[in-house]
Amino acid sequence: MKRDAREGLLISPIRNGTVIDHITGGEALNVLKIIGITGATTESISVATNVKSGKMGRKDIVKIENRELLKEEVNRIALIAPNASINIIRNFEVFEKKGVEIPSILTGVVRCPNPGCISNTNEPIDSKFEVLTKGLHCLYCDWIITKDITSHLI
Amino acid sequence: MNHIISIRDLSRTEIDQLIDEASRIDSSVSFDQSLKGKILALLFFEPSTRTRMSFEAAMARLGGTSIGLDSVEASSMAKGETLADTIRVVSGYADTIVLRHPKEGAARLASEFASVPVINAGDGAGQHPSQTLLDLYTIRQSMPLEGISVGLLGDLRYGRTAHSLAYALSLYGATLHTISPKGLELPTSIADELREKGTEIVEHRDVSEIIGTLDVLYVTRIQRERFPDSASYFKVASSYRVTPDLLTGVRERLIVLHPLPRLDEIDPGVDQLPYARYFEQSRNGIPVRMAMLRKVMG
Ligand SMILES: [Zn+2]
Repeated sequence: MKRDAREGLLISPIRNGTVIDHITGGEALNVLKIIGITGATTESISVATNVKSGKMGRKDIVKIENRELLKEEVNRIALIAPNASINIIRNFEVFEKKGVEIPSILTGVVRCPNPGCISNTNEPIDSKFEVLTKGLHCLYCDWIITKDITSHLI
Repeated sequence: MNHIISIRDLSRTEIDQLIDEASRIDSSVSFDQSLKGKILALLFFEPSTRTRMSFEAAMARLGGTSIGLDSVEASSMAKGETLADTIRVVSGYADTIVLRHPKEGAARLASEFASVPVINAGDGAGQHPSQTLLDLYTIRQSMPLEGISVGLLGDLRYGRTAHSLAYALSLYGATLHTISPKGLELPTSIADELREKGTEIVEHRDVSEIIGTLDVLYVTRIQRERFPDSASYFKVASSYRVTPDLLTGVRERLIVLHPLPRLDEIDPGVDQLPYARYFEQSRNGIPVRMAMLRKVMG
């Protein structure tokens, strides 16, 4: 198919690793950030952004070689890309396919915007947020983040 | 572990039990010595003499002993180590820790590291469950808590005392009338949450338009530092002042509460009126804190 061919140019298949598909258009870099991939990490990564998608209009795709994402990592992605699908690839084949599920508690993922919050000090704790429909609720200071969650990612 | 961190952690049944217990303690002629041999650690990282004295008095009435640091010692200690470490160490000295700390969420953190119960005596913006419990207890001395009409007057934006009282009253189906200066209104996130729970909240700018229908008028401080200059502070503060004149023609059972200390929010002329209950409210801190201490250590 023509569409596949074009995608193929953007991202080549991987032998082993994880393909994150159907990421909300424009959120790929935030997805990488949320699973802790920075310029300093050694994984080989391919990213395609704003790929045409029949279902979503535009989507992003991320392929990570030689790393299988854990369930906990996968669920963090749900925060910014609730429609994402995760394919674990082994020897060029899809070994496992899963959707993302928003976790009920986020630990160490976002920073509390409240400067007076104890989680923003040198105490030996991770930030902890409860995921509510209206936003993220800091379990330390009760602050609620309602918008622009990605700007608070740690 | 039996911590008391936020009024939100308590169910209506648990609140009722604490108030009932406070009421029993209040009406008994002699106090039992049920906490004899127990030690209460008071960790105050910022000054709050009244809260501290009130906890100490409550502990003494139950036969127990208090140990602690004053805020100067505590804050110099805080520079050297994390609160988590302090809490772990003090857990080994006492049967319960009462904590007051300038950072929001400090009491929650303490509860994660303590091996004994933690009672929050205020973290950050000043919320502490013992204040809310004694507010509820004072109201219930005059009337049942169900379905009453409560006016919240003053700084409702930063005043966490009013926030947690509003939350607690919503458990009892109260109607809330908020009266606050422009810019100091109840945050919409809190108002929305309470409305979702089915609480009716009506906003007013002028207390005189609503005073005749209230069962409780809860007055909070309007802090000078919220205003750009003292002229604009005095202008606002004077228009939110509770005076004997304001209280003519009110409901007979109306009570006026204030967490104290007051500045100019309530005219001293109100003190003699039958509606004034803020000194009883303050005194009620003892039986309520006794009930809390017994709940966590009993
Ligand atoms: Zn926070």
